[in-house]
Amino acid sequence: MIRITRRHLMQSTAAGAAAVMMPSVLRAQPKGVDGNSVRLGILHSLTGTFAIAEASMVDAEKLAIDEINAAGGVMGHKIVPYIEDGASEAPVFAEKAKVLLRRDNVAAIIGCYSSALRKAVLPAVNQAKGLLYYPTYYEGQEIDKRCLYTSQEVTQSVIAAVTWMAKEKGKKFFLIGSNYIYPVTCNKIAKPTIAKLGGTVVGEEYVPLGHTEFSSIINKIKAANPDCIYSTVVGGSNVAFFKQLRAAGLDGSKITLLSTVVSENEIEGIGRDNAVGYYACMGYFQSIDSPINKKFVKAIKDKYGANRVVGDPMQCGYNSVYLWKNAVEKAKSFAPDDVLKASAGLEIEAPEGTVRFDKENHHVWKKVRVGRALEDGQFEIVHETADLVQPDPFPKL
Amino acid sequence: MGIDIIIMQAFSGLSLFTILLLMALGLAIVFGLMGVINMAHGELMALGAYVTYLVALFFERNLPSLMGIYIFFAIFCAFAATFVFGYVLERSFIRFFYNRPLDTLLATWGLSLVLQQFYRSTFGAQEVSVPLASWLSGAWEPVAGIQLPLNRMFIIGLTMVVGLCVYLMLFKSRWGLRVRAVTQNRPMSAAVGINTDRVDALTFAVGSGLAGIAGSVFTMLGSTNPGTGQLYIVDSFIVVVFGGVSSLLGTALSAFAIAESQTAIEYFATGTVAKVTILLFVIVMLYFRPQGLFAPKVRGA
Amino acid sequence: MKDLRTASEISTYILLAVLLLVILPLGLDAYRLNIVSKYLALAFVAIGIVLTWGYGGILSLGQGIFFGIGGYLMAMFLKLEASAPELPDFMVWSSVEALPAWWVPYHSFAFTIVSILILPAVLSFIFSYAIFRKRVSGVYFAIVTLSLALTLATILTGAQGQTGGFNGITDFNTLMGIDIISDESKFVLYVIQVLMLFAVGALVSLMIRSRFGKVLIAIRDREDRVRFSGYDTAMFKAFAFMVAAVLSSIGGALYTLQVGLIAPSVVGVMSSVEMVIYAAVGGRLSVPGAIVGSLLVGFARSYLSEYFPESWLFFLGGLFIVVVMVIPNGLSDLVDRLLARIAALWPAARKAERSMAQ
Repeated sequence: MIRITRRHLMQSTAAGAAAVMMPSVLRAQPKGVDGNSVRLGILHSLTGTFAIAEASMVDAEKLAIDEINAAGGVMGHKIVPYIEDGASEAPVFAEKAKVLLRRDNVAAIIGCYSSALRKAVLPAVNQAKGLLYYPTYYEGQEIDKRCLYTSQEVTQSVIAAVTWMAKEKGKKFFLIGSNYIYPVTCNKIAKPTIAKLGGTVVGEEYVPLGHTEFSSIINKIKAANPDCIYSTVVGGSNVAFFKQLRAAGLDGSKITLLSTVVSENEIEGIGRDNAVGYYACMGYFQSIDSPINKKFVKAIKDKYGANRVVGDPMQCGYNSVYLWKNAVEKAKSFAPDDVLKASAGLEIEAPEGTVRFDKENHHVWKKVRVGRALEDGQFEIVHETADLVQPDPFPKL
Repeated sequence: MGIDIIIMQAFSGLSLFTILLLMALGLAIVFGLMGVINMAHGELMALGAYVTYLVALFFERNLPSLMGIYIFFAIFCAFAATFVFGYVLERSFIRFFYNRPLDTLLATWGLSLVLQQFYRSTFGAQEVSVPLASWLSGAWEPVAGIQLPLNRMFIIGLTMVVGLCVYLMLFKSRWGLRVRAVTQNRPMSAAVGINTDRVDALTFAVGSGLAGIAGSVFTMLGSTNPGTGQLYIVDSFIVVVFGGVSSLLGTALSAFAIAESQTAIEYFATGTVAKVTILLFVIVMLYFRPQGLFAPKVRGA
Repeated sequence: MKDLRTASEISTYILLAVLLLVILPLGLDAYRLNIVSKYLALAFVAIGIVLTWGYGGILSLGQGIFFGIGGYLMAMFLKLEASAPELPDFMVWSSVEALPAWWVPYHSFAFTIVSILILPAVLSFIFSYAIFRKRVSGVYFAIVTLSLALTLATILTGAQGQTGGFNGITDFNTLMGIDIISDESKFVLYVIQVLMLFAVGALVSLMIRSRFGKVLIAIRDREDRVRFSGYDTAMFKAFAFMVAAVLSSIGGALYTLQVGLIAPSVVGVMSSVEMVIYAAVGGRLSVPGAIVGSLLVGFARSYLSEYFPESWLFFLGGLFIVVVMVIPNGLSDLVDRLLARIAALWPAARKAERSMAQ
């Protein structure tokens, strides 16, 4: 902690001094670059509700930066992370984005969780002609010209998830989510997909964010008697929902529950026992069996302790740093506009496998997987799309 | 709607009633009897939850064979820890604010921020998972189709025990007599030889301890993270105020009324509608009965 | 003593004017100044809290409601302009087919401004007059307003198609065709905001010193006696509450303009309580103190969280505790007491004081 403070102070003084002393030719260096280092902004919630998820994303992003620096940096420049706390509040995110872009003059920002925060940050990013990497699954409906979306948007996961459930588990669906845009959009896409597959929706429920009492909802589910529950309940509510659902006798052996918001990180909060037998649909699972993923998981455990688990948002945060690095190297420039241009069609090998930016829409092509939670808090991958799934942020329904 | 669902809904209402009651009991004592607005009450619940987590860890590592009954130790430790914390808090902090109730609100708000950050720095920002004893997981199925969650039955039982203890302590013990004397007339109580400072500290500590028990038990149903307390604090205040401050019976009846209407509305409409309806209902009720549903009839001071 | 307070208030105003109109614009980068205007939007609320809480003894934990009304109404206008001729984007996602009827009038800027002023005034007056007539006060009033703030935040989050839900209303760049994103226009807005703040502050300072203010203080200290003297105390309190509500609403509207978004979290319980803290830090009995408090807490939040991103809440929470414990009447009271101490050293003043006492 003190490290950050001192580093912050030293860097700003050093940068200031350097700016004064350097000849004018050198001062015209691109955004975020000084001497042989480059500044990268990391903007997540370290406090407040979202810190539950975002704190570990920061860890993964720091790991990527360390790895890149150890391997010689980006085009010979060491990455210096500038970390700000958005405190889970949209106005604070907007404020900190401005600080990162205009005081620290970062080359790019990686950050945000949930669309409320991203939407608060984007005007500042556009105004400063910066660049934002958004590493969280979200509902789509957006292609900002200065934002790159490195996780799955809603059609990528929902269609795969619902199709798999309808084929394998049954055609009577109950949809439940927290009351905000992501679950509503998920269900909006799930419903026609279910209908196309010949299934029916026997219930659709939304609970207020932060809701902790699910017994009435669970009774509704029992009354509707579905084969499958598709859940987009988020945060602390999710923990309550899983615990109470299981306590009410609807455990993984009695009903199929699939969530598109539960990763290994959430399982730790829900409790491994409570999640056993439920399903999740994600781009990434820690259990993916590939050398590059094993190396990634080992690096996380070496750096942050053997108990740490890795979930999809962490991996997407980690990928974002690499996607940025590769785009910079492809463009041979740190300038956000060049990086954006170089990102179209850019492909990297990530822990989740191949990830490729679409040529036009700023989202990534990626594989999507369905996993079944095991006793040890890991997911057994029971389904994987054959090819990379095309991102379609504005689907026609 | 079959008979099975009706029974399970009735059970849900009963369960939520005990949850709200347990949540509000501590506050009913601290706020209702003492008039202290403790905005950090939710964080005391979180403290209870984290103590439970630590006890569970301890049992898992050292006494795995006793995991089944760890919850009893955990509840006791949660009570003890929050009791002591409450005692210290009252002596070092709260007692300076007795004649300034609204200032207490602000100071304890600051305290709640500090506590949240303390949990975050100590236990991490992520949620921690508190294991559930195997005999408490799953549901009891008296007849096919009706499942009654065991952990909820446990909470119903525990709340009854705790409620009874609080009743006995307040109305049948010397301490309770002193507490009631001090809340009704402080100078007179002091004059007849009651050590009011000590009574205050103990009362506050007991209220805090009850928050600790609630927090400990809620790990069975909800999540445990640094912000957990925030989820409970407003609901607790509403239950206490609605019932009528300084009336424990009022708190119980108000918890019952809110729980039953919430479960019913949630079943027939949605969670958001239930929440809004209840809040508005409480506000309107307070308009007609400003001192709460069951305020004792006394002349205004 | 009284003159001393007026003198210290006036000097605080002068110092604030120098700070806000000269030092900060010259010394801070444009983006920082924009952050300052965020604190200043909250200062409007804090001034209202000084009036109701400091002088009326009414603690409302629901000022976020009126802040939100102002903020949302302004945002509705801006959003309609930004998305014209189509529907606002969040309505499209939520499958709302036509513009809800209650949105329609907000195509008009004049109507928006009028409703930012009138709507909170009417609502707050009716609500609080009814409540005060029932003699609900103190802690009960605080809890009732807190519940209302929670209710409003829940409704705003729940009615996604009409309000933008949890995300709130964002993404608007122009006000009647004028760009409001650029640094220049933000600066102009800032200056307007500061001037409005001073105007509002002066108005409330005068109100406090008027007959109305005296009755209000009397009500705070001994409501029964005022009532027995034939005053309709509920009317006085409701009026003060109404003024505070309108101020909050203005603050909310400016907040939307400066920050570029409004969301239920800005309206809810947490932010409503925080608003009271701004006033408490500055001093609940001093109008310029409220402005200073908002600035101080704002700066403390921003800088502490920048330099201690992982532990700033310790400092902020600690600050609140210290302020309430050590200087319960806030910084302005501390300054006043210091000034009185200094003045006491000055023989002429001592003589004046003595003659006043006689």
